[in-house]
Amino acid sequence: MTKPILSVRDLSVTFDVRSPSAWPWTPARKLHAVSKVSFDLLPGECLGIVGESGSGKSTLARAIVGTIPSSNGQILFEDSDLANMDPRQRRVHRRDVQMIFQDPLAALNPRMTVGEIIAEPLVTHEHGLSRKEVKRRVGELMEKVGLLPGLINRYPHEFSGGQCQRIGIARALILKPKLVICDEPVSALDVSVQAQVINLLISLQKDFDLSMLFIAHDLSVVKHISDRIAVMYLGRIMEMADAETLTTTPAHPYTQALIASVPIPDPALEKARPRPILEGELPSPISPPSGCAFRTRCPKAQPLCAGDRPVLEDIGKGHFVACPFHAPERALVAG
Amino acid sequence: MLRDDATVEALQNASHMAEVRGRSLWADARARFFRNKAAVGGFVLLMMIAAFALFGGLLSEWEPDFVDFSLMGANASEGVPSFETGHYFGTDSSGRDLYARVVQGTGISLMVGVVGAVVAVIVGTLYGAIAGYFGGRVDGTMMRAVDILMSIPFMFVLILMLVIFGRSIFMLFLGIGLISWLDMARIARGQTLTIKNKEFVEVAVATGVHPLRIILRHIVPNLLGIVIVYATLLVPNMIIFESFISFLGLGVQEPNTSLGALISEGASQMQYGVLWQLFFPLLFFVFTIFAFFFVGDGLRDALDPKDR
Repeated sequence: MTKPILSVRDLSVTFDVRSPSAWPWTPARKLHAVSKVSFDLLPGECLGIVGESGSGKSTLARAIVGTIPSSNGQILFEDSDLANMDPRQRRVHRRDVQMIFQDPLAALNPRMTVGEIIAEPLVTHEHGLSRKEVKRRVGELMEKVGLLPGLINRYPHEFSGGQCQRIGIARALILKPKLVICDEPVSALDVSVQAQVINLLISLQKDFDLSMLFIAHDLSVVKHISDRIAVMYLGRIMEMADAETLTTTPAHPYTQALIASVPIPDPALEKARPRPILEGELPSPISPPSGCAFRTRCPKAQPLCAGDRPVLEDIGKGHFVACPFHAPERALVAG
Repeated sequence: MLRDDATVEALQNASHMAEVRGRSLWADARARFFRNKAAVGGFVLLMMIAAFALFGGLLSEWEPDFVDFSLMGANASEGVPSFETGHYFGTDSSGRDLYARVVQGTGISLMVGVVGAVVAVIVGTLYGAIAGYFGGRVDGTMMRAVDILMSIPFMFVLILMLVIFGRSIFMLFLGIGLISWLDMARIARGQTLTIKNKEFVEVAVATGVHPLRIILRHIVPNLLGIVIVYATLLVPNMIIFESFISFLGLGVQEPNTSLGALISEGASQMQYGVLWQLFFPLLFFVFTIFAFFFVGDGLRDALDPKDR
């Protein structure tokens, strides 16, 4: 088996929450945004992460990139632990891990030209490049992501959302990183542009031989681009399997509910299928339910679920499920 | 009309491939500023006042420090503004040419205002941006220092400084420089707190850009709009402040002068029928301050089109 490029082990991220009326000496309450997440990412693989809003997907991405400190666990990137590294060392390692952000326009500095934005990682990490060389490489990459190199002196507000996202992609790729983390890169774009950007990402992943972590709340998008998919709920991984298995025979009740909520563009099929409706809302991550985090909304919940937290268990062919009562179920999937 | 398809295509390609100069947000703001008539009027007036301060001396027929003893005591009748005597604005109480004095005073007042604003912009912006960006304990320490400096009665300190180190323009600049950046630091810090949570700053952090470079390249350029507006509104305040110090007799010393000193002198001579001694310095003072306020308002509208 090939050695994983990224191994996340028991990663937890907690935030201190202070209510405004609290005394300064009262201990802050802990918000568990990510709780004991472990997974491996192989070189050249794309792992999709799905989950509803507030499930900790973005926090997980930011912890790996290092803009949010992790509180526990390890992030092993090529054998060096990114989570427990001093800031100076960390800055050197950042060139291999780049990130693409959700809001394409907000991620670009409005006072800088596109050329300056794309060149910034290059200027930061490769000192002593001549101006001409920087410009040549920026132009080269702009062509690769489908932007005209003539637009190099334009400013971000002169571009459409899709073009802005291409600029963000170019900036993430200019250092030829090994791992790219995409945090909902298409959810702010309209559907036709989504397809273009997704296809661009797929082709770039092959060209640059990238490993990718692809985060989205839209299962059909994730399924299209990922080799494997992990489903997150309240900061925990509930199920992880290759994209095909997970979407056709999901085993965890939460995944089943999630897939059942994806609309099918065929009225007849849509009407015919059974619909397990998820009731209630996501529990508060400040005081998550004991045992299985999903038990408060789970249709199969039993008294036992409140006991120990279920572990991710392998039910064959790399299909991991964190539910002792898992039962693979054929699902109707769109597309 | 027949067209050569190949040429058309080549032309289209050429126009696409050409490196187009983008319109930066600054260029947009400039265009908006020049569409604003009041602001342009203020700007033109300001340029004229600056030109007057710089080159007005060339038109003067008298030196600013030449005392015409024959006029002493006969100001009200002999020192009247007139083109024949060459005293365009009349003479002051010691028989000096008021035109030359106003040129000199306008220059010094503008300089005081601009120096105060420049110090405020450079020191205040960097100080505030650093405090806001690093946050936490650094922020707390730096901003408490500002609070303490602000709570000291600076007028007292300035008077003490002027008494101990002697009254000079340099001391006045130092004093104004010391206090002018405090407000700016607070404004810059507040803005930095909102900017540092924007995604593009997070991108820079994730890329591994050095914190100081993030401040200079990402935060300060986005602060600058508000800072510039505040600076143009600060200049008249500085001028008023200097006038006040000069009014007390602690500011600019003879033979130098400022608008404040001239106004104070003119005010004290009011009852002798020499109103021009008050009128001309006051005219320039009011015009300068009006012009700065109009330009400041215009800049705010131009740089922040949303908040109109």
